[in-house]
Amino acid sequence: MNVGLIVAVFVACTVEAVEAVTIVLAMGMTRGWRSALAGVGAGLLALAILIAVLGPALTAVPLGTLRVVVGGLLLIFGLQWLRKAILRASGRKAVHDEAAIFAEEHRRAAEREPSRAEGIDGYGFTVAFKGVLLEGLEVAFIVLTFGANQGQIGVAAAAAGAAVLVVLAVAVAVRAPLSRVPENTMKFAVGVLLTSFGAFWGAEGAGIEWPGGDAALLVLVPAILLWSLLLVNLAGRAPDPRPNTA
Amino acid sequence: MSSARKLPEAVWEFVVGDDWRLAAAAVAAIGGAALLVALGVNAWWWVPALVAMILWLAVTR
Repeated sequence: MNVGLIVAVFVACTVEAVEAVTIVLAMGMTRGWRSALAGVGAGLLALAILIAVLGPALTAVPLGTLRVVVGGLLLIFGLQWLRKAILRASGRKAVHDEAAIFAEEHRRAAEREPSRAEGIDGYGFTVAFKGVLLEGLEVAFIVLTFGANQGQIGVAAAAAGAAVLVVLAVAVAVRAPLSRVPENTMKFAVGVLLTSFGAFWGAEGAGIEWPGGDAALLVLVPAILLWSLLLVNLAGRAPDPRPNTA
Repeated sequence: MSSARKLPEAVWEFVVGDDWRLAAAAVAAIGGAALLVALGVNAWWWVPALVAMILWLAVTR
């Protein structure tokens, strides 16, 4: 069993689930749980349809082509996540704060006039739907790409499902935004993993033979982690020419 | 805005994100690796080296 695959998918999906739960909690508490949960249901249904269409299509793509495309996409995602994580860790960018995001969503929702149709509030439904669909798309992307590349979509889906269940269980228990989850640290770790796997698979798909085969990942992941930590230090010392935007 | 325009914009936003240069650099890294392989060089170091440089430029520029 591929431990790297399970850890990468579980951590990435935990981060996305925390973000979706924050949005749904804010809608449920301000606009009503019926509308928020209807939005969650509709979002999950849309996701299920997308996965049912894209999943089998991905497994039909030749492995070399899949690795180039998936490696490239993971590398793009990984570099974006890692850049933001390094800037946040160095203090050059505001950290992702679920409590602040919850408060902002709560304020916006409270300001909107009720828009009810057949007992469903349109604003609460739409925001919950979009939150679940957009965060869920990232989960689906990670599951399908990691899973298809390793021929273990079932394992990847199980890791994602476990992450969502853990986040849901904690959210139900505390009934508050999950601000104590070390989200920025987790995003840093996910950025390192996505970048490493993306570089590995992308190069392999392009025809590169890694020294040591799959074992090269055991060097690549720590090397990218160490380089990123060094960059946190460097970025923290450099003068910031840009405004601090979230 | 029509949905015909919204979809490509949503896909662009999802894939490329807020810094297109990182996406371009990732494509260059893998494309460059394919080119080096075609020239007969097993340049396994190419992608990690480029990743290190891209990250350095992205956080210090």
